[in-house]
Formats: sequence, structure tokens, C-alpha cells
Amino acid sequence: MTHGFTRRTALLAGAGVLAAPPLVRQANAQSQFDWKRFSGERIEVSLTANPRSQILIQNQREFEDMTGIRVGAEAIPEQQHRQKFAIEFATGRPSFDVVGISLHVNKRQVGKARWCTDIKALMADPTITAPDFDFADFGEGAVAYSTQADGRMDTLPEFTDYFILYYNKELLAAKNIAPPATFDDMYESARRLTDTSRQIYGNVGRGLRNANVVLYSSFLLGTQQRDFLDGQRRLISDTPDAIWAGEYYKKLLRDCSPPGVSGFNWNESQTTFMQGRAAFWLDGVGFAAPLEDRTRSRVAGKVGYAVVPRGPAHHHCAMFGTAFGIAEQSRKKGASWMYLQWASGKANQLRYLTSGAGSPARTSAYRNEEAISQSRFSREFFNTLIESARISRPGLPEIVPVTEFRDTLGSALTNTIGGADVATELRRATEAFRPVLEQSERES
Amino acid sequence: MAGSAATLDGTAAGARPRRRQNYARRYWWFVVPCGAVVLGTIIFPWVFTVYMSMHDFKLGGAREWVGSANYVKLVSDERFLLSIMRTLYFTGLSVVIPMVLGLLAALAFARKFPLRGLARTIFILPMMATPVAVALVWTMMFHPQLGVLNWLLQQVGLPPSMWVYSPETVIPTLVMVEVWHWTPLVMLILLGGLASLPIDPYEAAKIDGATPWQAFWHITLPLLAPFLVVALIIRTIDALKAFDTIYVITQGGPGTASETINIFLYLQAFAYYNLGYASAVVVVFFAIIILLAMVLLWTRARVKDA
Repeated sequence: MTHGFTRRTALLAGAGVLAAPPLVRQANAQSQFDWKRFSGERIEVSLTANPRSQILIQNQREFEDMTGIRVGAEAIPEQQHRQKFAIEFATGRPSFDVVGISLHVNKRQVGKARWCTDIKALMADPTITAPDFDFADFGEGAVAYSTQADGRMDTLPEFTDYFILYYNKELLAAKNIAPPATFDDMYESARRLTDTSRQIYGNVGRGLRNANVVLYSSFLLGTQQRDFLDGQRRLISDTPDAIWAGEYYKKLLRDCSPPGVSGFNWNESQTTFMQGRAAFWLDGVGFAAPLEDRTRSRVAGKVGYAVVPRGPAHHHCAMFGTAFGIAEQSRKKGASWMYLQWASGKANQLRYLTSGAGSPARTSAYRNEEAISQSRFSREFFNTLIESARISRPGLPEIVPVTEFRDTLGSALTNTIGGADVATELRRATEAFRPVLEQSERES
Repeated sequence: MAGSAATLDGTAAGARPRRRQNYARRYWWFVVPCGAVVLGTIIFPWVFTVYMSMHDFKLGGAREWVGSANYVKLVSDERFLLSIMRTLYFTGLSVVIPMVLGLLAALAFARKFPLRGLARTIFILPMMATPVAVALVWTMMFHPQLGVLNWLLQQVGLPPSMWVYSPETVIPTLVMVEVWHWTPLVMLILLGGLASLPIDPYEAAKIDGATPWQAFWHITLPLLAPFLVVALIIRTIDALKAFDTIYVITQGGPGTASETINIFLYLQAFAYYNLGYASAVVVVFFAIIILLAMVLLWTRARVKDA
């Protein structure tokens, strides 16, 4: 009996050859992470319009090619975006799967309403979390910022914004003044640098209601008190420390800043600084890019960077943060989680840092010497960032009605620039906001 | 053709006259689609707004019945009361100044002069610009140190102004933007009115020796009154609902110096998410508008009668 190459054998062999690639892919999937797992799905991403979102949208194709997931991303201005996503969440059927959130404004609101899913479970699942995700790479402060009081982590950190001191090297050198180390130094130097006849001012900064609270908090962080709330989460914005910070804010903006500063937000401050009309500007780190843009800025190449000066009791800088969340109602949580890993991945975080779009939440970006050395920003800028990360504290209280708080306190601060008494204004603002906070805390 | 005749007059030949048919009863369902739209887009939102105004309702939070508490709070809310005063101040100036300037412009453009068509076109250009774009451009021009307006003032030897950056000058400055933007509309309405006036009274007045001022005061102004009232109503409504320009330029600041009722309402609803309280503001604002509309309509009726 002979057993030659029968038709049956040929069919079996053919079937084996055809089945081989899927079997190999399956075997690889067990040993190596499969980015294509959710290929073919489409997710909607809602972001705030800023240079970081621009980077993500510009590089979106990279994610789509890697995962096969299609992304519909929109980026709309900050104020409108905050309202849009809150209203969409409240309807119970948001149009997006992934949302960018300003933690310093919306953290408690999002956490209280449980609008975003807890990503800890997703992170713990090795089939959908890339082995090189490296959660430990995120800074401790950023992780704490993304974690709710009940331990849920409903966002993944994206960006940590520090207040830093921008100074005009040319103006300081002309009067032989060194960058200030303390708030007292800063005021004295700003006074010396102010020359109203030439319309040159020692300082420029936020005076506009609401926007100004983050500048004020930079001063409050240097006091013994440091915070807006005490241990029992009661409002303490009319204490001697709070009044000291208010007095400092008042004299800096009244004595050494341009006329009309009470109506200045960051954009007016930026314009003034870019035109070389101000020596100091305390504001977020993200403004380095426009200041160094030679096509728009007269001070490009002349900008110095330093950490916020030391206060009378402590040395801190105000920290703000943004993060990505996945809508609890999303039916594409897996694909959305893939997007989060890519968006807050090491490559994008490095892009943020080297382009000056902002300070990343991952620490590895700051250690990438090669990329940093090729950046258009000076070593002084990166050193300032690293040092700011070390001394940072949240710049706003983690409360639900944070916008109302900023408006109420901000109005009081604006009034002080006009000459109103600091203690009276802060007491009035505190009395006005205290019941709002108490009600909010009861409901939380 | 007896049938046709019976159909036309509604009676059959020799029969007793029947009662007129009530078409409203027979075809009531014709108005159902329109009624549904009105109900869904006007009546329901209003009833729901009143319902919400009686709740403590925050976005993302629970809803609790509070009765008239939101209205009681409004009465003692200094910020709200001041916002009403500012709204009236802003509206008053934003109506009166364009009315006066619009009337003068209409009188000027009603006369024949070289390049009149081109001059009219240039005059109405501001009206065609998008309010937000206009506001952004004005914001740049108002910058106290770098804006073109202060530069111009300095060129003619005048001291610089703080424009929208000072609580004292912010509302007059915003009114200036409003006047620049909307005076052309008043001019267009009044120019249309002037074109429709009869010539005979002027000829008669001329024969009687009336001066141009007398002709204007005793003939033009009374005949133009219905058009003036129309322009007044349109301007008042526009000024009362002004939001975009103010929000873009000042966001209600410095402090709360330019916080009109619309800005206050916006902040309560979409920044603080106090939807119940914001609904109460809407109801009160609506009542104020109704009151003003009634005064204006009464004025219009009086003008018509006269």
C-alpha cells in the first residue's frame, strides 16, 4: 500500500498555509501589545484650543496609522469649551468619547458628577495598556492633580502649567539689576525700572477680574497660610496673610504697572511685554513660545526666565493642570484609552516641551538632553521649569464653584488696583463667597 | 346651475337660510402643525424657564424646589441690581446718541450732493461688520499704551484715555462702539422715511415764508415721527440685548464696571452653572422688556393718533 501525496493531503497543507498568518498574529498578540485591537472604530475628541491641542491634531495621523482608529477631533476656545463639555455631560449623552479638562477649574465638578470613567481599571488591563506606557513617568504632583478625593483617577495628566517669572534682560542690564530672589526684591526692582516718561514699566500682569486671582495666588503661596482653604475646607481669604498678599498685589500693579492694568488679561500683558514695555511678567509657562517668536516679538532672544520669587514664609509657584478624560457614557472606552496613551505618551510630551507649547506632565521629557539641546529655548528656560516643578503647589482651591470664586475675589482685587482698601475688599468678597462655598461643600 | 347658486350663497332655493358655517370648528386641525411649533419653541421653553426659576438647579447637581427664593435673592443681590442700572445707562446712551446722529445723517444724505451714493455706502459699512470681529479690532485699538486711539489723541495734543480699562470710562467707551456700529441702521430707516414724505407741505410752507428750521420742526419731524418710533423700538431692543461686543471687549470688567444684565445672566448660567437662579434673572429681564415694549407701543399708538 502506498501513501503518496493525495488530494486530501494537499488540501490540508493548503489550509495550514492559509491559516498560518492569523495564528502567528495571535501568538504575537499574546507576547506583544496589539495597538490594532480597536482598528476600524471611530472616536470623537473634544479639546481646548491651545498650542498643545494643535500638536495633537497635527500628529493625529500617526495615531490613526498605528491603531487603525479614526479620530474626529475638535479644538474650541477655552471658555466655550468648558461650557460645552459641561452642558453635554449634563445631558447624559455627550457627543465625544475623550475630553480635555482644565483640572484647576473643572476637577471637582467632573469628579462630583462622575462624568468621566475611572482609568485605573483600564490602566491595569495589560491587553489594552501598552507595556511602554510607563505610568511611573508621570510626576507625582500631576498624578495627585488627576486623582479625586475618593481615590478615583478619572483623568490622565497631560500638561502641568507653572507660573514663572519672565524678565526683559535688556531693561534689567541697563539698570544693572539682577533677577529678583524675593517678592520684596521684585517690587523694589520693578519700581526702579519704571520710567513713565518712556512708557516703560517695571511690571505687567493680570488685573482683570477672574484672571487676576491666579497672579494673586502666586503671592499668597509665599505666605505662611499658602492656601485659600483651611484644613476643614473653610474659606480663609481675609486673614492677615491673605491681606498681605493683597497689599503686595495692589502695590505691584498700582505703582509699577501700566495704566489700565486693571483691565489686563494675559493677552494684554503679553502684548505689553512683547513690545519691550515691561521688565517683569509673572504668568504661565506656555507664553515662552510667542515671546521668542522673532516675527511677532520685539523681545525675542532677550527674555530671561526665573522661578517665582520667594515669599515671606515659603517658596512656591502656582501650578495648574490639564488632563484627558474618557466619558463614562462612551461605548468606545477601549479605543479612547488607546488615544489617551498616545496623546499623553512620551513622544507628544517631548513635542510639548521642545516646541515651548507647555510643560509636560511626564518627567522623562525633562531628562531628554538631546532634544533639549536642540530646542530653540535656552537652558535657563528648562532649568526654570525643572525648578518650578519642584516648588509647585495648586494655584486655585479644588472646589466646584471655582469660577464664581475667581469672579468674586477677582472683583475685589481689581478694585484694589483702583485704590480700594485691601482688607475691606477681601472681607467683603470672603463674606459674599463663603455661603456659596458652604452650600457647595454640603452638596458634595 | 342651481347647485352652484346654492353653494355660493349657502342656501338651497326655497329653503330657510341656514346658520353660517363655523370654519374654525371644522378646520381647527389645520393650525395643529403651527401650534405645535409655537408650543415647542416658545411656550414650553417659557413655562420650563419659570419652572426652573423656582428650583435650586446646578449643572451636574441635584434639583431642589425653592419656590420664590431665587426671586427674593435677586431683590437683595447688589450685583444684579447694579447690572440693571448699568443696562439702563448703556441702553439710554446707545439709543439716544444713534437716534440724534442717525437723524442728522439722514437729513444730510437726503440732500443731493456730488458722490452722495458713495458717501452713503461708506457710512453704512460699519453696520455690515460682524460684531465679534468689530469688538476684537476695537479691543486692540483701546490698548492704553499700544492702541492707535491714544496715539491719535497724543498727535493732536490731548491726554491719553483709559478707554475700557477704567471703571469710569468703560461704559461710555462701549457706547461709542455701539454708536459707530448702529447709527447707520437708524440713518437708513429715517432716510427711507424722508424719501416717502410729500412735497406739497414744504411748497406751501415756502410760499408762507417758513424758515428751513420751521419747516423741519413743524413738517419734517411730525411726518417722520412714525419712522422715528420704529427706529427707536429697533435700537432699544438691540441695545437691551447687547452682549457680544461687551463680552469680547471687557467680559463685564474692569471688576464689574460693565457687567450688564446680559453678562450677569451669562455668568450665572454658563460660568457658575446656577441654572435656577439664571432662570429667575431671565424671567425678571423679560418682565422689564415687556414693560419697555408696552411703553414704546403706547408711544407709537399716540404718534399714529396724532
